[in-house]
Amino acid sequence: MFDKLINATNLKKSFDQFIAVDNIDLSVSRGEVVGFLGPNGAGKSTTMKMLTGFLEPDNGEIFINNINLKSNPLKAKEYIGYLPEGAPSYSDMIVADFLSFIGKMRGLNDSSLSNRLEEMANQINLKEMWNRPIETLSKGFKRRVGIAQALIHDPDILILDEPTDGLDPNQKHEMRNLIKRISTNKAIVISTHILEEVEAVCSRAVIISNGKLLANDTPKNLENKFLNKNTLSIKVSNKINNVFAREIKSLLKYDDVKIQKTDISTHTLLVSDSKKNPNLNTVLKQISKLKLDVIEANFQKVSLEEIFRTITSENNSK
Amino acid sequence: MDNYLNKTYIILDRELKGYFRTPLASIFLLVFLALSSGMTFFLGRFFERDQADLTAFFSWHPWLFLVLMPAIGMRLWAEERRSGTIELLITLPVTNTQLVVGKFLASWIFTLIALVLTIPIWITVNYLGEPDNHVILISYFGSWLMAGAFLALTSCLSALTKNQVIAFIISSISGFVLIMAGFNLVLSTVRSWSPNWITETISSMSFLSHFSRIQMGVFDLSTLVFFISMIILCLWINVQLVQVKKAD
Repeated sequence: MFDKLINATNLKKSFDQFIAVDNIDLSVSRGEVVGFLGPNGAGKSTTMKMLTGFLEPDNGEIFINNINLKSNPLKAKEYIGYLPEGAPSYSDMIVADFLSFIGKMRGLNDSSLSNRLEEMANQINLKEMWNRPIETLSKGFKRRVGIAQALIHDPDILILDEPTDGLDPNQKHEMRNLIKRISTNKAIVISTHILEEVEAVCSRAVIISNGKLLANDTPKNLENKFLNKNTLSIKVSNKINNVFAREIKSLLKYDDVKIQKTDISTHTLLVSDSKKNPNLNTVLKQISKLKLDVIEANFQKVSLEEIFRTITSENNSK
Repeated sequence: MDNYLNKTYIILDRELKGYFRTPLASIFLLVFLALSSGMTFFLGRFFERDQADLTAFFSWHPWLFLVLMPAIGMRLWAEERRSGTIELLITLPVTNTQLVVGKFLASWIFTLIALVLTIPIWITVNYLGEPDNHVILISYFGSWLMAGAFLALTSCLSALTKNQVIAFIISSISGFVLIMAGFNLVLSTVRSWSPNWITETISSMSFLSHFSRIQMGVFDLSTLVFFISMIILCLWINVQLVQVKKAD
């Protein structure tokens, strides 16, 4: 797996008695954008700090582009661009000087540095703020400067801790487009607690809570996994009064049948059973006897948000 | 090796320019010049002494540095930790030693600039009489070495806290202890109850004892070794503290 740019196994980190990260495995390949999801204090930032070499794990190993981060940290760090939480920067420096400082520290020579600086100014739309002190910039621009310093050496791996936190909807949209644009030849890990962000830009979602990795799959697969198979939802274009409702309920041999008015002319039948999953074909056959016009029939869909809530609250209650 | 030095230089360069990006540099240089000249001419009675030397100027340096070196060095690590930029620095492909040394050298060079700006006092004494310029040159070098030791101590202690004011206070107190260790009052108190070697050890740790010898034009190897090893020891502890305290 030569293109596995990040490969971390059995990561563990405690602060005194508090276990912040508990046996997490994570690998990210080129072209992947992994969304790190979790409630505040779940261990997202700690994991990212370990992946970037800021914190040393108590246990486990991290390979960056097949280089052991512990035994060869300087080499491994060359492949990583990192935006820490809150996008810290030297506020008294002007944007150009700050990016130039990071570029030089990243080992860029004069000519490649000036090329990259120009690319950053254009790609991240920093031109108009180029000679302004960072402390005078808006939150959105400060965040862009943070992204630019992470990208200045065109790294293979990008680790972004809450890149859109505090941005307005337009800025968020821009940031997501930028991440999508640069994601084709990089391995990107972004942490967020905004689920729509994961749906918008990530090829894989990793859900973490209380330091434990609870799910690691594509957003689509997570939805399928957590699809509520117990409840069948059937929308019909019929008016259903109380008598008709009782007739339907007695015909359908399931524990729980709910009939909800959707709008003036349509109703939805919610069919569920504690012992067995309702069978779509059987239910459709049964209701056809009542001459109901079916518009739509499916198992109830759950959003990523519901999955997230389900997984993390299950873990909390354990 | 080239790459190693180059990265240290980039850190040094950023830090040194950092002093001049804010009014800090000009305020500090003004205060330093005003205090050092004020102490020389008023407290040191430069004219009344009627001697062509700079004893009146240099003898105040330990006390001046006690306050001014912590003022220069307090931000070195405390500010990095407060603003979170320490996370940027540590995740760059550099060692903690490069970071610590680069930052320290920047503050030491800044102090050199301050000392160089006092050269008019040297010119004045040459204009008024015939001083021993050799002693003055040694005193300048000794003063800069002592400033380095104060700065290394401050840099090291500033890694302990996110608060610059706390860094300033603990550095000044520690510096005060190191100066007082050579004071007759302290030494005679210790001498009254302890064996001679303890008094000697305490005296040998004192900035004041070493600097007094330098002022007399005596610059022996033990003084050079003392200040250099003090700097290296403090910077080594600084590297360890950055490692331990970075994520607090």
